[in-house]
Amino acid sequence: MAAHLSYGRVNLNILREAARKELREFLDKCAGSKAIVWDEYLTGPFGLIAQYSLLKEHEVEKMFTLKGGRVPPADVKNIIFFVRPRLELMDIIAENVISEEKLPAPREAHILFVPRRSLLCEQRLKEQGVLNSFTNIDEYILDLIPYDGDLLSMESESAFRECYLENDQTSLFHTAKGLMTLQALYGTIPQIFGKGECARHVANMMLRMKREFAGSQNQILPVFDTLLLLDRNVDLLTPLATQLTYEVLSCDSDQCVQNGFKFAQKKPGEGGKDLPTEPKKLQLNSAEELYAEIRDKNFNAVGAALSKKAKIISAAFEERHNAKTVGEIKNFVSQLPHMQAARSSLANHTSVAELIKDITTSESFFDNLTVEQEFMTGVDTDKINTYIEDCIAQKDPLIKILRLVCMQSVCNNGLKQKVLDYYKREILQTYGYEHILTLNNLEKVGLLKPQTTTRNNYPTIRKTLKLWMEDANEQNPNDISYVYSGYAPLSVRLTQVLARPGWRSIEEVLKMLPGPHFEERQQLPSGLHKKRQQGENRTTLVFFLGGVTYAEIAALRFLSQMEDGGTEYIIATTKLINGTSWVKSLMDRPEAQIL
Amino acid sequence: MAFVTANWNPLGDAFYRKVELYEMGWSLKDGLRECLVAAAPYGGPIALLKEPQRRSPSARPQLEIYSSSGVTMASFVWKSGVVKQLGWTVCDDLLCIQEDGTILIYDLFGNFKRHFSMGNEVGQSQVLEAKVFHSPYGTGVAIVTGASRFTLATNIDDLKLRRLPEVPGLQGAPPCWAVLTQDRQSKVLVANGADIFILDNAVCTPVNPPGLSPQATSIVHMCVSFSYKYLALFTDSGHVWMGSTDLKEKLSEVDTKVRNTPKQMAWCRRPKSREPSVVIMWDRHLLVVGVCKDTIPYHLDDDSVLVPELDGVRIVNGTHHELLQEVPAACEEIFKIASMAPGALLLEALKEYEKESQKADEYLREIKEQNLLGEAVRQCVEAAGHEQEAETQKTLLRAASFGKCFLSNFSPEPQVCMCRDLRVLNAVRDYTVGIPLTHMQFRQMTVRVLIDRLVYRKLYPLAIEICRYLKTPEYQGVSRVLKHWACCKVQQKEEADENIARAISLKLGEAAGISYSEIATKAYECGRTELAIKLLEFEPRSGEQVPLLLKIKRSQLALSKAIESGDTDLVYTVVTYLKNEMNRGDFFMTLRNQPVALSLYRQFCKHQEQDTLKDLFNQDDDHQELGNFYVKASYQEKKLEARIGLLQSAVDEYNKAKNEFAAKLTEEEMRLLRFQRRLEEEKGECLLGFSLHDTISTLLSLGLHKHAEQLYKEFRVPDKRYWWLKLTALAEKEDWEELEKFAKSKKSPIGYLPFVEVCVKRQNKYEAKKYVSKVTLDQKVKAHLSVGDLEGAADAAIERRNEGEIGAVLSRCSPATDRALVERLNRAKATAAKK
Repeated sequence: MAAHLSYGRVNLNILREAARKELREFLDKCAGSKAIVWDEYLTGPFGLIAQYSLLKEHEVEKMFTLKGGRVPPADVKNIIFFVRPRLELMDIIAENVISEEKLPAPREAHILFVPRRSLLCEQRLKEQGVLNSFTNIDEYILDLIPYDGDLLSMESESAFRECYLENDQTSLFHTAKGLMTLQALYGTIPQIFGKGECARHVANMMLRMKREFAGSQNQILPVFDTLLLLDRNVDLLTPLATQLTYEVLSCDSDQCVQNGFKFAQKKPGEGGKDLPTEPKKLQLNSAEELYAEIRDKNFNAVGAALSKKAKIISAAFEERHNAKTVGEIKNFVSQLPHMQAARSSLANHTSVAELIKDITTSESFFDNLTVEQEFMTGVDTDKINTYIEDCIAQKDPLIKILRLVCMQSVCNNGLKQKVLDYYKREILQTYGYEHILTLNNLEKVGLLKPQTTTRNNYPTIRKTLKLWMEDANEQNPNDISYVYSGYAPLSVRLTQVLARPGWRSIEEVLKMLPGPHFEERQQLPSGLHKKRQQGENRTTLVFFLGGVTYAEIAALRFLSQMEDGGTEYIIATTKLINGTSWVKSLMDRPEAQIL
Repeated sequence: MAFVTANWNPLGDAFYRKVELYEMGWSLKDGLRECLVAAAPYGGPIALLKEPQRRSPSARPQLEIYSSSGVTMASFVWKSGVVKQLGWTVCDDLLCIQEDGTILIYDLFGNFKRHFSMGNEVGQSQVLEAKVFHSPYGTGVAIVTGASRFTLATNIDDLKLRRLPEVPGLQGAPPCWAVLTQDRQSKVLVANGADIFILDNAVCTPVNPPGLSPQATSIVHMCVSFSYKYLALFTDSGHVWMGSTDLKEKLSEVDTKVRNTPKQMAWCRRPKSREPSVVIMWDRHLLVVGVCKDTIPYHLDDDSVLVPELDGVRIVNGTHHELLQEVPAACEEIFKIASMAPGALLLEALKEYEKESQKADEYLREIKEQNLLGEAVRQCVEAAGHEQEAETQKTLLRAASFGKCFLSNFSPEPQVCMCRDLRVLNAVRDYTVGIPLTHMQFRQMTVRVLIDRLVYRKLYPLAIEICRYLKTPEYQGVSRVLKHWACCKVQQKEEADENIARAISLKLGEAAGISYSEIATKAYECGRTELAIKLLEFEPRSGEQVPLLLKIKRSQLALSKAIESGDTDLVYTVVTYLKNEMNRGDFFMTLRNQPVALSLYRQFCKHQEQDTLKDLFNQDDDHQELGNFYVKASYQEKKLEARIGLLQSAVDEYNKAKNEFAAKLTEEEMRLLRFQRRLEEEKGECLLGFSLHDTISTLLSLGLHKHAEQLYKEFRVPDKRYWWLKLTALAEKEDWEELEKFAKSKKSPIGYLPFVEVCVKRQNKYEAKKYVSKVTLDQKVKAHLSVGDLEGAADAAIERRNEGEIGAVLSRCSPATDRALVERLNRAKATAAKK
């Protein structure tokens, strides 16, 4: 069912199984038939752990979405609320429970807090006078959710905003807890590297927690050699840039839903008219062979890959003409299902690729990309950019503008006050004054800032870390810069340098980037020191605090696959992001009352 | 060695033996006469209350607590009420059940812990008899009152009193009764004359022991086995009836020929017993009555007490402590006279070997020929476990290892374990410790419980030794012991806080899994707040420190510890606590010093208490945030004046924050709002809340050019943007005349290509063409192309000799229709390339 999780270097299915076991245990605690009332936000993450069938096996008969009023009628013995520990949700639950108790035969109520129970919430329930109405109040520790064979996510939407804007480190606490769980299952990680304030904080918490559990020494042979914690604000540039891998483009488009996406399949109808049919949903993860092959490719290389695949498949079908003996025919027939699946998958991806191609070949996409690349190479970053000006004048989507302006600011280590003020005024006059709050937020997290020193250190960083490669080879990449057709993501470069030759070589640059960088070692019990086989790769867990983009994942996967790389990477993050969702999470939109 | 069987007595097919455990260390003047005695099972402590009925204040009874070897642990004058019964809990606490139904609990050292009552009703009718019993649910107490009613509590730590139903015809105290645990319920079995009843929560059921001899007119004594599975009844006719407690099966009935009421009766059996028996005690006479109807009589020199155990009965009197038990099978096989069992032969072989005699080989050969050497080793190991004498143990273990030499692939595990266990057992059996555990009891009670027992006795060094020796995981073993030690240490009132804290930290050091907060809680309970705080500093788990710190009102410290833990929920908890505890000013000041807590509280306020949020910003003089706050608030207002008022506040705050730019932008917004309102009143168009861009755009599409112009000037809209704006608005309106006028009004700051493109977008190529000529050279090709004029585009491209542009035009030409053009372009391309 989740086989794709166990193919990778690290069997992430163990984690998923552990999570499923705990869920089953909780469900069995509430004997009898049950209805689950969901905090809507949780359904996505839970889908990655357990399908409806599992819930059904444990007598879950109905599912509802949490809302005010009362829980809809259903003939069940138990009602279980699956919620995040949020005060506003507690008020809704209280309302539900109070109206439930007025019924002649109230059902038993339970709460399952995800990912952690909270005294504050229980206090609130107590104030509302309903705390004693619950038979079970429990927590379901779900921090890191296996997303793919090499990818873990906490699916915490607002982590970046909370950490960097609101100084609320709740998600970091959960991160540390999640890493402890991970270590309990996969062994203590002997080396921890990190860069950034949040990384430091998480590492401190981990070391502290380890001391707290000191009694129970972990006897599991470590699977991970190294943990690298990276703050998102160390590399603000990468998520702003338009990503160019297949996976990203298919997800950046609006139709993307949680790890899968819908697209309207066009069928040539009669009379040459295109009739849109039922939107088709594709599950996208490494379980699908073709997708696993092409998702991390630069989009310019996808066409070639698809056509190559098409040739292989049709050649395979042609085989039947050569099949003479019964044995050969039997052999051919046995391969048919697999080949047919491959063919339908190819057809799907070809349609997706066509959809994307319409976008990528448009002039505006090209212009936008050109400006981004100019910024990244440091061309005229200190002046007001005409392209941005024109886009504002034509009232292009605000997020596009914000991404570009922020990018210019990041690449110039802040904008001249005059330039910054100009942009701000333009944005407010065009999109509305209320965005003054959003701009203020962007300034707070450092995406926008006035230049304080005349020295712009971005060029130094770019040169030292080789962030720009003139001759990026998109078809047969030899460097991670292929993911952005020239730009090598800073975060991934830091990861790459760490593996070889080590951070000592870039001390100067590390000092220019925000936050401290550090190294910690965790003592292993004797006997658990790994004896590395000749040629055996190291395994590094890279944790992006505040989100990671698909392009970065693609780049890391590329590094894992490099023959002489010597390191394989597992990626973990608070949330999978793209430029749009990321900037959106930082926006403040007061709902205006109608005057 | 030779006399191993000296104290054996045959009973049916097996033997019974009485082994001396200790010569008692106490010196009791009158032995156990007129004493209330309670001895805990599993070799537990013994409590004595001499002459419990003495009431005069001049001569109060003395309560004494001893170890099983008779070493004094506590002794004090009993000053409370009349004690009816003593008993021990599973945690080695002493229960003193008083006549008035109050139960007092003391620890091993005679320190009073707490008391509770068995109910009001009991107080009035007085306790006649009481029994303490143990079950998987803990220690229970059952009493019978003067009103002949039973009250029962299954677990004294979770007190739930149950009053059992009335027994028909019972007056005063019943002749005999017992408590048993059946079907996860505690029940009372009571005899009244010849009738027997079972009392459970709801009903009183009369029962009939099957096959009880008819001579009996009343049942005078009864006892239940250690496992609650077997029952023995003693009748006035001198018969002992033995059967199962469910009274469905009779095992045996024996006539003892003694008609006196026994003083005490106890089952003597072991798991997998071959010949179980009941031990009956009269004043000076002890009789072992086997189910097999065999009996063994013993004479008693002194008043004695029987202590039933899992695998035997201990007999305690004024001078001695003995264990009576069925001889275990392994011991019997080895030591029985003329035994030819493999174990016995192996032991012989060892003896001969030690004498350096060749007979050793003969014995060995004999065992090996039967292929029983493994069995022989196993027997020796097992028998060693059942022996009390260290010498015998050693001999048997030596025999086992001797035999093992001649075996390959034989697991050493059982023998190693046995050696280890025996070493521990011998240590705790030592006179000074006085816990005479058998190996079987030890396995049953587990190391964990043994460590607990040692800890209750404050034998910390021994407990630690044992933990280390048995390699118990630290947090279960050494750390736990150290914690108890520390908890005990903090109660030493005479020592200074400083010294205790240092001693504890020195000893506990880095020991894993120590909960300093538990120790600190203990210190706090003993009224040593300062010590508690000192101890808390050693606690590595910040989270654990918080609740106690709050309890001892060190809320500031609690806050910083909560922050240190990183657990934001904990921080919230402390913050909420502080908010209720402190006045607002102090509360804010506290938060001010803790930025993490402050920002969390701000988060909380943002969702829950907007006004508090404002106060917080005010206190911090955070004018920027205050400005933002007012801006946000302004959007909540429905009335324009109110909104503008709040925006004015925002302007003031931004100015104070030296953010003049934000202030200026806000002022502009206010001006815009006023303008929109004015226009709305004049023209009836809905504009309020639009951005400047949208306002101008709407004005233009309404044809209100003057007003648009006014805004453009007043708000200093950049020319470029204004031109784009006007251009788009006019094209959308398809006001081509106005557009043309606009194009001619002055030189366009955005060039004329946008004019072309906008017209094309509105599908008006005719209008578009008007502007093509005005487009600058470098954009001309693009302009021509967008109106579809290939010729023009080609001319422009060739003129500019630009290869890229020529290519762009070429890509738009179809080779069929534009043949001439294609040729021309190709030629031009070639020449351009040459350059």
